[in-house]
Amino acid sequence: MADIEQLNGDAQSRIGAAEDLAALEALRVEFLGKQGSVSALLKTLGKMTPEERQEQGPKIHALREGVQAALTARKEALENAALESQLAAETLDLSLPAPGMPQGSIHPVSQVMDELAEIFADLGFAVATGPEIEDDWYNFTALNMPESHPARAMHDTFYFPDQAPKGGKMLLRTHTSPVQVRTMLEDGAPLRIIAPGRVYRSDSDATHTPMFHQIEGLVIDKGIHLGHLKWTLETFLKAFFEREDIVLRLRPSYFPFTEPSVEVDVGFAIENGQDGKGRRVLGGSGDEPGHGWMELLGSGMVNSRVIEMSGLDPDQCQGFAFGVGVDRLAMLKYGMDDLRAFFDGDVRWLRHYGFSAFDQPTLSAGVGARA
Amino acid sequence: MKFSLEWLKYYLETEASAEEISAKLNAIGIEVEGLEDPAESLAGFTIARVLTAKPHPDADRLQVLTVDTGTGDALQVVCGAPNARAGLVGVLGSPGATVPANGMQLRKSEIRGVESNGMMCSSRELELGDDHEGIIELPEDAPVGTGFAEYSASTPIFDVAITPNRPDCMGVMGIARDLAAAGLGTFKPVEVPEIVGAFPCPMEIRTDDPEGCPAFYGRVIRGVKNGPSPEWMQRRLIAAGQRPISALVDATNYLMLACGRPAHAYDLAKLSGAVVARRAKDGEEVAALNEKTYSLDSDMTVIADERQVHDIAGIMGGEDSGVTEGTTDVLLEIAYFDPASIGTTGRRLGLASDARTRFERGVDPAFLDDGLALLTDLIQQCCGGEASEAVRAGSPPMDAKSVAYDPALAANLGGVAIPEDEQRRILAALDFEVSSDWQVTVPLRRHDVEGPADIVEEVVRIHGLDSVLSAPLPRMEGVARPTATPAQKLERKVRRAAAAAGLNEAVTWSFISEKEAAAVGGGHWVLDNPISEDLKVMRPSLLPGLLSAARRNLDRGASSLRLFEIGRRYLAEGEHPSLAFVLVGDRLPRDWQSGKAQAFDAYDAKALCLSLLEAAGAPVGNLMIMGEAGDFYHPGQSATLRLGPKNQLASFGAIHPRTLEAFDIDVPVVAGGIHLDAIPAKKGGGFARTAYAPPALQSVTRDFAFLVDADVPAGDLLRAVKNSDKANIVDARIFDLFQGQGVPEGKKSLAIEVTLQPGEKSYTDEELKAIADKVVAAAAKQGAELRG
Repeated sequence: MADIEQLNGDAQSRIGAAEDLAALEALRVEFLGKQGSVSALLKTLGKMTPEERQEQGPKIHALREGVQAALTARKEALENAALESQLAAETLDLSLPAPGMPQGSIHPVSQVMDELAEIFADLGFAVATGPEIEDDWYNFTALNMPESHPARAMHDTFYFPDQAPKGGKMLLRTHTSPVQVRTMLEDGAPLRIIAPGRVYRSDSDATHTPMFHQIEGLVIDKGIHLGHLKWTLETFLKAFFEREDIVLRLRPSYFPFTEPSVEVDVGFAIENGQDGKGRRVLGGSGDEPGHGWMELLGSGMVNSRVIEMSGLDPDQCQGFAFGVGVDRLAMLKYGMDDLRAFFDGDVRWLRHYGFSAFDQPTLSAGVGARA
Repeated sequence: MKFSLEWLKYYLETEASAEEISAKLNAIGIEVEGLEDPAESLAGFTIARVLTAKPHPDADRLQVLTVDTGTGDALQVVCGAPNARAGLVGVLGSPGATVPANGMQLRKSEIRGVESNGMMCSSRELELGDDHEGIIELPEDAPVGTGFAEYSASTPIFDVAITPNRPDCMGVMGIARDLAAAGLGTFKPVEVPEIVGAFPCPMEIRTDDPEGCPAFYGRVIRGVKNGPSPEWMQRRLIAAGQRPISALVDATNYLMLACGRPAHAYDLAKLSGAVVARRAKDGEEVAALNEKTYSLDSDMTVIADERQVHDIAGIMGGEDSGVTEGTTDVLLEIAYFDPASIGTTGRRLGLASDARTRFERGVDPAFLDDGLALLTDLIQQCCGGEASEAVRAGSPPMDAKSVAYDPALAANLGGVAIPEDEQRRILAALDFEVSSDWQVTVPLRRHDVEGPADIVEEVVRIHGLDSVLSAPLPRMEGVARPTATPAQKLERKVRRAAAAAGLNEAVTWSFISEKEAAAVGGGHWVLDNPISEDLKVMRPSLLPGLLSAARRNLDRGASSLRLFEIGRRYLAEGEHPSLAFVLVGDRLPRDWQSGKAQAFDAYDAKALCLSLLEAAGAPVGNLMIMGEAGDFYHPGQSATLRLGPKNQLASFGAIHPRTLEAFDIDVPVVAGGIHLDAIPAKKGGGFARTAYAPPALQSVTRDFAFLVDADVPAGDLLRAVKNSDKANIVDARIFDLFQGQGVPEGKKSLAIEVTLQPGEKSYTDEELKAIADKVVAAAAKQGAELRG
């Protein structure tokens, strides 16, 4: 049957040459459709004798399968070609910029306060707060600064015309120390707290702003002494600056609310930054060559009068307190050099010195965020 | 306070260097703020004799000098001083030397064409005094060629800060005592001469105000000759920063700086009748030595004669009875004034003085007679004269405090174990008397020592705080417990949520200007003494501070800002933790993809409020949109989010154009504020969530389109639809809003996609129909009609 071979050759070559899916479909109909030539051949099988059928049957079926396979293969090839040309047409210039996502930031003061809360939580200190618009009694009198006390003059206090309930005028707290009194009155002893927050002095120059941030520390318990204060400050500074070589120097000083009172200096070295400018980097003893001491904070053993005025019995408990500038700690750790920029809201500064929302200080990851 | 090493050594026998002394001062609580060695600052200044002086050929006021500096070669120097003349011996600054007064480095130069090899110096230039009329004139026999530092026997000068509790160290002698106690030498207390009065004091002295002036001692010295004080005294005073005036004035200043003991000398000729310490009369006036007149009141103690007030007691003397060059007879006053009333008077008059500083901190009540004798002796040394007997009115408080001390406290409070012997030695060196059973009697000059803790401080500071060893705080049992309060945790979450949403956290002043406060309805707390008008009113809202920050950024060229702050609002009844944000200018800049820049709108502010409230754990699904965001906002583009009519959690919207104008901002701004303390605390404290298993069957959605009056809030319709069948409807969203062709005038078309969640079984057609009917019925109650 030359017919079959001829038909097969014709079908295979025309299917292989079909240019698109429509042409391919037309060929399918021509060969395999109800009126198709291959279908017609298949129909002839019914009229054949068994012998003829035995001989022709396999050939005709092979023809149909061959044509079917050619159609499938050609269809796949055409579809692949179509997809490829579609994909080629869809090519993007991915060097074009993608839509920007705004980058937020956490202010260094907030970041450092979170760091400190984390460090002190590990030492068992809770975070306490108090009002910023304070009563004269809490800000001064209860801290052993009665009205005529000369130390009051050193506080550059902002006053309101409003009379305070316990005498004197309402004022802006000049330190976070009133929180000591409030917390002792409220919670009694024993006590371990830090109290961060805004404080105010009517002072403004290159290194002072009328508003700044302080963090107060207070421990009230039995048997607490200056050695515990020193250890606590060393531990906190080592954790905060993430270096073991922090060296403190204690100097006697005077604060009405502590006795004995201690000014704390910390040793530093001058290191050259990338900009070639010398920068004070904490670490080492200030007495080493090339080193110095800088005043860092005021502290001392809580004055027994303050403990008494805070409703506790000084014969039963004693403790220490300290106050340190948060902005100052931030500057020393993260290298800002202008305090005034902290409160300007310059978005360029906020982005440069700010922190990612995901730099949440944790003890396991280290409380600091490295540059 | 400043003093020279030479003066210190008058009271302290020591071999220690200035540096060692400085270190020890710091170690015992006397902070050294400066240590200056004039031998260094005066390097390059030598004694020189003017050989010739000729007029400058090209300048009327200048002369051309030749000077001899002992080298044999005459140097040419141009000089403008009128007193420069041949034969004068003065001080020449050579090229390379730095003028102490102004830091200028001298160099060889040409002045109007004439070479000058240095400068002949005035007193002021060398910081020796105020004189700048002419150059220094030294005695003719001053050794030419000798360094001026050597000649003037200059010694290092300490500048120390004395804490307010230590008025006894506001004199050089007190500092010497402390240093000696700390092992730096031997204390040499001043020798008090015995003054034998030659005649009874002719002046009556009284105190009629025993409260304000418990003691008033004095005496008259007749026949003094006032003039310059001796050179040794001047040198010490200058080193202490005190300008020499006249022997009588210098002697009282010297006593004060040496012993911390202020005193006063009156010109006897200008007094009439008894000299009395009394209360001032209300409105009484006195012309003080600072050339100002003060109006006094009856709380203030003064010293007066029968005619007028001569002294604001313990603060400043009066001009009318001050000593002058012509004074021949003086009345000396050594008094003890009540520290508290000195402080009150000084504050009320706004008058600071060295005397006030010492009296209000408390002078030594045991030093009145000694002080009077020393002052008498000093004046007689300088001015001669004949002293009367001393008179004493009243008596100072001489009750010594006694403290029961336990030497174990040095370790138990001070953190350093100090042997009892050493504690006794220290206390004795500081003039404390210690009984065998540790009853400690406090010297009268130590007003600051009241209890055992003060004794600990004395012992520990002299022994050395270096010996305090770190002692670990006892660790709390178990793992660290959370210490933050719910409010603190909420604040931290919201802060980080805002930053994660792309906002930059700012910290702005708590105080704003009255104008800015007025823009948000005014503030209650207005400072009496603001540092500037811009920082006067405690902010009732965080937005003014953020808007001002925004303006500064816009002025610097920013076009898009997202700023937030967390801080307190200060209202009459209290302080409220709050968050506020401003979205300024472009939400999207012009862009190759999205085209023109897009401005922020009120929906951005709403979305941010809701996402922050969500982060804070507020029940966002229950919030109602209401009005009254405030005049600060655009009236048609602002709203509040409330949990009930009275419980406002947030406000947001576009800022009113007038507000923007007031803040000088010319781009659109939307903003929001969240009252953090109004967010209800979550109930229950457990960790377990309510039980939940995701439903097995898929949810289905149905779309509804409604026609509704244009002024019906879409949110009301949405809420009605969502709540129409709470058992089945899990969500409803508006996906289209249309007004225009096909929608009648005054109406709008809202298309809502409702999500239904079947339970155990899939919905039947009947069930779906029933739900749809409920939706349509609920919408109808809002005046909405299903679109055909």
